[in-house]
Formats: sequence, structure tokens, C-alpha cells
Amino acid sequence: MSPVREPRHAPVREKRRPGLDRLRRDGWLAAHKWLILRRLVQAGFLAVFLTGPLWGVWITKGTFASSMTLDVLPLTDPMMALQSLLAGHVMETSGLVGAAIVLAAYALVGGRSFCGWACPVNVITDFAAWVRTRFGLKDAYPMDRRLRLLILGGVLAGSAATGTIVWEAVNPVTMLHRALVTGTLFGGGAALSITIAVLLFDLGVASRGWCGHLCPVGAFYALVGAKGVVRVSAVNRDACDNCMDCFAVCPERQVITPALRGAKNGIGPLILSGDCSNCGRCVDVCAKDVFIFTTRFHDGAGASVRGPAKKVLQGEKML
Amino acid sequence: MESRQAPAMTRRHMLSGAFRAACGAGLVAALLAVPARRRAEAVALRPPGAIDDAEFLSACVRCGLCVRDCPYNTLKLAEAADGQPVGTPFFNARTVPCEMCEDIPCVVACPTGALDKSLTDIKAAKMGVAVLVGQETCLNFLGLRCDVCYRVCPLIDQAITLERHHNERTGKHAVFIPTVHTDKCTGCGKCEKACVLEEAAIKVLPPALAVGVLGAHYRLGWEEKEKAGKSLIDGIIDLPDRMPEGPAPERLPGGGFKEFKP
Repeated sequence: MSPVREPRHAPVREKRRPGLDRLRRDGWLAAHKWLILRRLVQAGFLAVFLTGPLWGVWITKGTFASSMTLDVLPLTDPMMALQSLLAGHVMETSGLVGAAIVLAAYALVGGRSFCGWACPVNVITDFAAWVRTRFGLKDAYPMDRRLRLLILGGVLAGSAATGTIVWEAVNPVTMLHRALVTGTLFGGGAALSITIAVLLFDLGVASRGWCGHLCPVGAFYALVGAKGVVRVSAVNRDACDNCMDCFAVCPERQVITPALRGAKNGIGPLILSGDCSNCGRCVDVCAKDVFIFTTRFHDGAGASVRGPAKKVLQGEKML
Repeated sequence: MESRQAPAMTRRHMLSGAFRAACGAGLVAALLAVPARRRAEAVALRPPGAIDDAEFLSACVRCGLCVRDCPYNTLKLAEAADGQPVGTPFFNARTVPCEMCEDIPCVVACPTGALDKSLTDIKAAKMGVAVLVGQETCLNFLGLRCDVCYRVCPLIDQAITLERHHNERTGKHAVFIPTVHTDKCTGCGKCEKACVLEEAAIKVLPPALAVGVLGAHYRLGWEEKEKAGKSLIDGIIDLPDRMPEGPAPERLPGGGFKEFKP
């Protein structure tokens, strides 16, 4: 880069990188803690399916649609079981038990944790969002986030009307996972096409378009996990300096506002929306340590926030 | 400051517009690529115990557990080009036929009932029915003794028998016609796999395609007679003789009629 352009462009680029303040203060690892954890968990979910075909050590067989772990634990996609039921088929006991286990787990953990911590499509759409932020692309065609509920309704009604598990004809979640698990992603199948379509949709058509607006699987889990236990709390919201970094990284930015800015309206700091995928990126990027992971029963007030950080915050506030 | 920023924004707008358009076009292309690759190929057969095709898609979650537990790698999950809905299990008899495991692990693995667990005897499976489609190419039809399909059949002399017929071509030999008995054939596809021809003369088809269906109103006189224990009609019905109008045609001494063209 020429010395003339450097100063003009540097601040602009900085502005486009949410989390830079946190990164500078605590280092890269701390500023990406939950992101790294999440990627590890996502990779782990894939790994348990892959050890068998790759090395002959079978941990989990099947795919996210339905699986069997260590020959004892059946797990079934509950939305799939619901569609099947509506289509007029009652699954085998193991399938139904599996669906009940998954349903209970996500209802307990809460929010769209599946989306943030298990779904392979999340990696694709997060990448698209990262590119959009990095290059400052404006939202092209804003859509209503309730569209996904409409699609979910359509999928369920469609299953009943056609007597088939309708969503499986197009579901990028199971298609991508299946292709990864069976090693057929680059075999010229539908999975790659659909994955590319989702990527391009999120890149060029609508910001956070797929997961945030259209995917009925996410909508389903948002309903299931609406009363879940694990929640993010904007416990330290008084320290917020409106840098907007959390809004920039949040895949469901509408969930932050009431918790972060609701003090004057008497709204607690807990992010209670089922749309929150518990991804923890807000926790990562915030240089003011506003957010923490906590439970629905404890908004985190009074919980220990790191001492030195607090001091820094107050110091800055006085300035 | 403002005048300097304006052109920069325009370039940015143009670039992001072009990028958006490219993404949109690519998105459409990616989605169209899926149906565009669909093509009719070999017949995709369902695993043993698969419930009726109309109901199959209400039950199968496309998890692939049956595929994982197939010890012979017979079963595959369908891609768009395979002729079955994406992700559903199938096999192609000519590629890898079903080995008809006695414990039927694929059915045991199915968590949904898309593969019916009431199937415990693999010999009762109905994955398809073998049909000798290549009646002009089958070596046995040509009068040779290939017999391979008959020999490899796990239900030899039940699902496939060799039926002896007169060889019309030579006038003095016999032909041994491999004959499939639909009530016994499981559709495992061993015959199709083993057929020595470049393109198999015997093919396993889904039961609905392979076996004709008699109209529901059809009654077979001889069966009805047996059921009733006597003829259903008393005496002989005398139907009116329909004769051509005009003078009666002249009979020829060797039989038939003069100037009669069938």
C-alpha cells in the first residue's frame, strides 16, 4: 500500500470490523472465545458421525435427520417427526423416543441453540455475514423475519396435504449434513448446489437471509426453545457506549434491543427471545463486557464481572 | 469532503450492485442445476421391507441408517440423478444387488418404520420383480444354455425356473426359457447383476411396474367355477351369429374362404 492511501483508508476499514476494541484489549483468543467453542462443537457434531466411515470407530450412525449413538441413544429431528406424523405416519418407537429426547434437550437448553451450535449451514451463513460486514455491503432486499414462521406453517400444512415429509425435498440443513457425513458433497449432488444457493442468497440477496428469515427449522427451534434455560444477559448494559458492534455481529439483532436498551422501560437485561441462537458473538465482541451467558432465572446482576475490566469501563466513562 | 466522498460511494454502489446481481444469477443457476441433472437411468430399487411407495415418503427421514448397516454396500442414498427423491435409500441391482442377509440389518436399523420391521424372513421381501425384458438378446431365448440368471438365483427353481419350449428356429432343438415367478421373486437383483450380456436382459423392476394389474372387475371364469363348485351358467348360451352382409363367401377345399384377407 502506498503511504498516501494508508491513513485515508485505515480508519474506514477499522470501523467495519466489529470487535476490534475487544480484540485490542484482550487479544484475539478472548475476542473469539465463544466463536471458537461453537465451531469446535459444530465440528464435534460432525466428527462423531465421521469417525466410523473414516476410521471404523463408530460413535454415531445416521445423520441429523435420525441417528443412533453407540447403539443405545436414538436421536431424531423432532420437526421431521412432526411432519411425518402430519403426513399420516407414526414412527417406530426408537424414532419417536429420539425425537422426544432432542425436543426436550433443545427446549431445556433453549433458543435456537441447534442453529448456533450444531447446524452445518450456520457456518455457511456466518461466513456470508462476515463477508458482508467486511466489505460493508448494505442490506439489499430486507425481508420480514416472520417469513420463516409462515414457511414453517406451510411446511407442516404441506406435509399433511401431500402425505410426505415435505421439507426434506429442499432442506439444506439435512442435505449438507448428509453430504458431509457420507462424503458426497462434491459428488455433483443437490447438497452442493443448495449450499451454494444459500451462500449466494445470504451474500448478495438478503443479509442473514436464510437462517434469519426463511429457514423453518430455525423457526421451529425458536418456538421449542422459547422458554429454555441458557440465556445471554446484557447484565452490564449501563456500560454500553453504543459502538454497535454487537448489532453488527448478531444474526438476530432484533433480540438485543429490548435487553440492551430496555432499562428505561423497565425491561430486564435478559435476552428472552427464542430467536437468539445462543451463539455468544455479542459476548465476544463487546469491549465493555456488557453481555454474559447466564440462565433465564438469573439475569446476572450481581454476578461477578471481571474486576479490572469494570475499572477500565468506569475510567472510560469518566472521560 | 462531500464532493470527494460522492464518487467513492457511486463506485461502491456499482460494485455492490454488480456483486448482488452476480449472486442472484448464481443462486438461480445453483437451484436450477438440481432438476437439470435429473435423468432416467437404471431402476432404483428400495431396500427390503420398504413400505408402499406412496407412504414411503411420509416415513423415511433419509437418515441413512439402513445404508450404514448394509454389510455389502448395496444401499446408497439417492442423489438428484438417481431417480428417487434426494437422500432416500435405494440400490441398483446391476451395480450391487441385495445379498438377502438373513438378519436383514437394514430393516433392523430403520428408526421410522419406512422399512417395515414385520419383515423377518428375507425370502418374503418384495424389493422388485425380475422381468426378462431382453427376449431378443437373452442367450437362452436364442437357444443357448447360458442359464446364469437361473443359477445365481438365491431361490433357484422357485423364483426362476427353466421352462422347456420348442426351438422354432432349428425346428429340432429345445430352448430353456428362464421364467420368473412373481410370487417367489424377492427382487434381490442377483440375476440382473449376473446377466452376461452387455446390458442385462433380465432386469428387476419395482413390483408395480413389473407385474400387470388386472382390472378390479375382472373375474376368471375357471376360478369362479371352482369356487362355486359348478358352472355359474346353466347350459350353453347361444350368442347370435354375426355374418357379413351380402352373399356367403365361397369356401375353399383346403379350409378357409376365398378372397378373405384377415
